[in-house]
Amino acid sequence: MTVKNRHIIPTFLFSFIFCFGSVLPTIQAGEDLSLKERLYDDWGVEFGGFFDVRAGFMLQNDVDEKDLSLGETRMQLELGRDFGDAIMNFKTDLLADGVTEEVLLDIRELNLAFFPADSLDIKVGRQVLTWGTGDMIFINDMFPKDWQSFFIGREDNYLKSPSNAVKASFFLPGIDLDLAYIPLFEGSEYVSGERLSYYNPMVGRIVGRDMIFEDEEKNRYFSEAELAARISKNIDGVELALYGYSGFWQEPEGIDPLNGLAVYPRLNVWGASARSTVLGGIGNMEFGYYDSTGDEDGRNPFVRPSEYRFLAGFEHELGHELTGAFQYYLEVIDQYENYLSTVPTGTVARDEYRHLLTLRLTKLMMDQNLILSLFTYYSPSDNDGYVRSRVTYKVNDHLKLDGGLNYFWGEEEYTFWGRFEQNSNAYLGIHYSF
Amino acid sequence: MHRIFTPWLIMAGFILLSSPAFANTPTAEEIINKANLAAYYGGEDGRSEVSMVITDGQGRTRNREFVILRKDKTDGGPQLFYVYFQKPSDVRKMVFLVHKYLDRDDDRWLYLPALDLVKRIAASDKRTSFVGSNFFYEDVSGRGVEEDTHELLETTESHFVIKNTPKDPDGVEFSSYTVWIDTKNYLPLKAEYLDKNGKKYRQVEALTVEDIDGYPTVTKSQVSDLESGSVTVSEFKKVRYDIGLDEKIFTERYLRRPPREVRR
Repeated sequence: MTVKNRHIIPTFLFSFIFCFGSVLPTIQAGEDLSLKERLYDDWGVEFGGFFDVRAGFMLQNDVDEKDLSLGETRMQLELGRDFGDAIMNFKTDLLADGVTEEVLLDIRELNLAFFPADSLDIKVGRQVLTWGTGDMIFINDMFPKDWQSFFIGREDNYLKSPSNAVKASFFLPGIDLDLAYIPLFEGSEYVSGERLSYYNPMVGRIVGRDMIFEDEEKNRYFSEAELAARISKNIDGVELALYGYSGFWQEPEGIDPLNGLAVYPRLNVWGASARSTVLGGIGNMEFGYYDSTGDEDGRNPFVRPSEYRFLAGFEHELGHELTGAFQYYLEVIDQYENYLSTVPTGTVARDEYRHLLTLRLTKLMMDQNLILSLFTYYSPSDNDGYVRSRVTYKVNDHLKLDGGLNYFWGEEEYTFWGRFEQNSNAYLGIHYSF
Repeated sequence: MHRIFTPWLIMAGFILLSSPAFANTPTAEEIINKANLAAYYGGEDGRSEVSMVITDGQGRTRNREFVILRKDKTDGGPQLFYVYFQKPSDVRKMVFLVHKYLDRDDDRWLYLPALDLVKRIAASDKRTSFVGSNFFYEDVSGRGVEEDTHELLETTESHFVIKNTPKDPDGVEFSSYTVWIDTKNYLPLKAEYLDKNGKKYRQVEALTVEDIDGYPTVTKSQVSDLESGSVTVSEFKKVRYDIGLDEKIFTERYLRRPPREVRR
């Protein structure tokens, strides 16, 4: 799973591009007309990118994982060409990952956006897709995430993984319709034990590299496809939306009883959301029904049962350059009695209701060049949580330094955040954009 | 006694009201309303390329470049703004969309292209820095004329000098501000802000005014923070008015797909 969609390329190529890339800023600084401007003037190509170096370590290590949680150099290059009636975009990362000891080429975007009619926009190719109203909580956004990047202190942008998709947006009178078709399901990057540890209920303990989670990758185009739809409307600043999704659980939430392999069961999601200014802040609500079609009304022990999911949030300015945001999230297992009957003796059953609260505090200082950010997940029902704190300082228009802490805790090892409790880490990063 | 004085008073009042001098001197409210229109409502819509240089108290500089589109719903009324960032590189292609209202908080959205995320932003405090510069949100989109009481301090040949006192003093960081308004075209050319102790701490100036498409336009302006010593200079290039911007540009659709008008 970890090298999915990425191609390992020879190290010499990396070194070459890296050296080439590192010369770019010097060229820019040295001449009146930078390479960037010449590319645009001569070829109409927009060019940009960054270098990012970061390192992090585990705050505890009682499991089979490296002490290094993060140690990598990344270069991103972005090229764009505007044809007037169409826009082409290419964005790729070259990553030398010291933890997995790999060099990876990760294409983040390679797409063509075009506008065949006044009421129709189409984007074809590799692209990041996002919708929904939650802040770091996703109900109707069924597009792939990279939780591992999120947990180890990469930039927030890496929480979203790109999809190979066709997105068509219809702008009908008074209503917008978005359709995203992903011909082959890819799923989210989850914690598999390879880099971060997790609680494995089969063995009843937290495991790491000694028990890397294996799953069954999808490979049949069109039959293992995803379709996501959104109908949205903005009524005088109140944003309303209905959602539908047909595809799979984004993480392997099932087990094939024949070979014991982790699988991605079928899933349909139906939902709705609303977002608006309210009481001097921003309020949002979102709902979704996760119809796990293979769960046999909760009686199938090999598939995660269907669920209702609900979210309500409110964001408000608390002071000068200080913003606070609060969310309440609820997960309810559908047909709980049936689910209970499938839980083997000796295994702890999930609660029918899982409550989760989040709190975000963001403070800007020093002309907005110093950013202090805190994001906390806390579940009163599981008594577990996850704290993300980060300090970012923009040294100048190109250089940015950041450092942060990811802290997981749980009363029990088997709960949602508790299963990651051996992964708390701290990190530092340097980011140079050009 | 009353019978004797009343006609005299009426007559005196009549003469006063009909005297040419009195009729030609606009009231502070009239001047402020005209200044608001001149500064923020030129044409039905407009486009400008903005480059900002922010110099902090230690002399370090930072640059911002963006394209701004504006459309007025009604003159002096609600407006729509679309801001497309070009520099610095880490905010390239980000979009800031504002639906400005007079009678309630604005609606604001920020589009983050790397996440394809349309974020809604709380907008209660308009006196916070715009993109880390010395300009406040309110300097960019205008302060509601109803939020202050206005007093005409002085009329010179070139300027109306108006003192503005906030009706809700707790909601802002200043105690009052004085504006110098051009008597011919009604453009505000200078504003000085006094803090709660009555000390001048902030100054906004128009450095260059040009006539563009028949509209007197500030093409270079400067905001100085007299306490920290930081200064932001904004230049407005390629300013155009009445270009026929479609209202639909100011919707979520065009956050994800920047309109032709902002792509160079």
